[in-house]
Amino acid sequence: MGVRGVGSTREAAFEQAALAMTAVVVDPAQVAPVTAVNIRCEAPDDELLLVDWLNALILEMAVRHMLFSRFEVTLDGQRLIATAWGEPVDLSKHQPAVEIKGATYTELSVSRSENGQWVAQCVVDV
Amino acid sequence: MNLDQFERVSEVEWRVAPFGKMRVPAVIYADQTLVRDMDEKVFEQLTNVATLPGIVEAAYAMPDAHWGYGFPIGGVAAFDADAGGVVSAGGVGFDISCGVRTLHTGLKATEIAPLKQRLADRLFAHIPAGLGSTGQLRLNPGEMDAMLRGGARWAVDHGYGSAADLDRIEEHGCMAGAEPDQVSDLAKRRQRDEIGTLGSGNHYLEMQEIVEIYDTKAADRFRLQQGEVVVSIHCGSRGLGHQIGTEFLRQMVIAAPGYGIELPDRELACAPINSPLGKSYLGAMRAAINCALANRQVITYLAREVFADVLPGSHLNLIYDVSHNTCKQEWHTVDGKSRSLYVHRKGATRAFGPGHPALPNDLRDIGQPVLIGGSMGTASYILVGTEAGMSRAFSSACHGAGRAMSRHQATRQWHGRALVDELASQGILIRSPSLRGVAEEAPGAYKDVSAVVEAADHAGLARKVAKLKPLVCIKG
Repeated sequence: MGVRGVGSTREAAFEQAALAMTAVVVDPAQVAPVTAVNIRCEAPDDELLLVDWLNALILEMAVRHMLFSRFEVTLDGQRLIATAWGEPVDLSKHQPAVEIKGATYTELSVSRSENGQWVAQCVVDV
Repeated sequence: MNLDQFERVSEVEWRVAPFGKMRVPAVIYADQTLVRDMDEKVFEQLTNVATLPGIVEAAYAMPDAHWGYGFPIGGVAAFDADAGGVVSAGGVGFDISCGVRTLHTGLKATEIAPLKQRLADRLFAHIPAGLGSTGQLRLNPGEMDAMLRGGARWAVDHGYGSAADLDRIEEHGCMAGAEPDQVSDLAKRRQRDEIGTLGSGNHYLEMQEIVEIYDTKAADRFRLQQGEVVVSIHCGSRGLGHQIGTEFLRQMVIAAPGYGIELPDRELACAPINSPLGKSYLGAMRAAINCALANRQVITYLAREVFADVLPGSHLNLIYDVSHNTCKQEWHTVDGKSRSLYVHRKGATRAFGPGHPALPNDLRDIGQPVLIGGSMGTASYILVGTEAGMSRAFSSACHGAGRAMSRHQATRQWHGRALVDELASQGILIRSPSLRGVAEEAPGAYKDVSAVVEAADHAGLARKVAKLKPLVCIKG
């Protein structure tokens, strides 16, 4: 399943890609952003950083049994500092469609389009 | 897919001669319709695999091949360590050792019919399924490592089955060479409460009726009788395998240039088998195989508990357990010479023919059961490995139907509630924590599994033995 984030900055595109990933599992509007989790990662290039960012979220979703619906990303070169807000999975409320196994390098790109918008995308394995 | 790109070797064998950086040919086993309907990406991915260092004979695709990550799903490739061969985390995938096991109930479908609803509800309540579900076991660090070394044998030692089960599991239930020390703390943390859980997506536990027998000799040996009910479980190594796949894929992408490996697609990330990274991955990946074997063993135990409660005196005996996302060191004859190869099967089932020493004693003369999973509402199949198949694609066969459309397309075409009702009217009870998940897994979103199995049989990869029709599906 492909996820794509579009925004006026690289940070916004990363945030939107994370939101798109949540939408693979559940309607993000169903997830209350009540608990914050901090995430840091660093990678050799923008594309690996996007995969690292999404995989860090997948790991947090798995070990904390949480879903996230709000994201704030700060980028300093290829270093990412972020906060994700969400809540514990409630099977009856969220009815999550599928569990994400990992973000992949398939259809992976982080680029700026001609209209100046940043696009961050890849396929996630479910 | 454009058929003009292939040399048609037979009705069911399509070959691409090496071009560009390909070291070996690419071969697809499938009939014309299946090949024509395959995504063009299968061609691209398979020919990319054929460029990897140390690849032997050919890059193969099974009849259910479809667009995967780096490797096509339904891809088979073998590498020789002594010829600079590689091991690829992408070639195994995220769901390491995902597989299928099938168990006899010894009960007729007519006997079970009045209890079907109750069994469906009890199985759904007792077997954790879907995102966020957790198992009953909590493994401390010592037990986690013991599980990763012991696989299904660890589970049996802890009371989750019997020694008889182990004989009917590939590697006799315990993958040798597992190195829990090569598995990260994060991967172990992700697995902490996931032993004995189905997962989600296309994973399931099904009760199925044997509706057709094609090969009475093999069916007798597998103790399959028309009209009887079997239980099939499809799942893998859960969070631990996913995390190992994620971590090693990244390490291999970054390390590849240092090993002089030019990756045509980053998802084909790999390392020389004899390199420290290659060895580290093999140790971790084998631990994940054991995790999957232990997981399916614990789920089997849970299913047996339900059956013992609802149908006292019933026994679920394991027919066989196969894994279809693996890399295994095996001996194969290539150009008349026996060679030790690292065979990657990504969405492909090992299918050893009669006489293979890896088979249990009581099946050695007939061949390995090859379990082909259906897709909620469609048939599953049991095949048997053949003598002829031993010389095709390193004894490999298909693994399932393979998706024909995306999850997004499926949700636009089907609604979960309507689908559950429609299948119920056909006598198939679906239990799932997510109706959207049901819609995404609609049977119509998959290829025709019967056509895939026919092609595998026709190509001599494995021979059809029995057809199974779903009665109850617990969907993750």
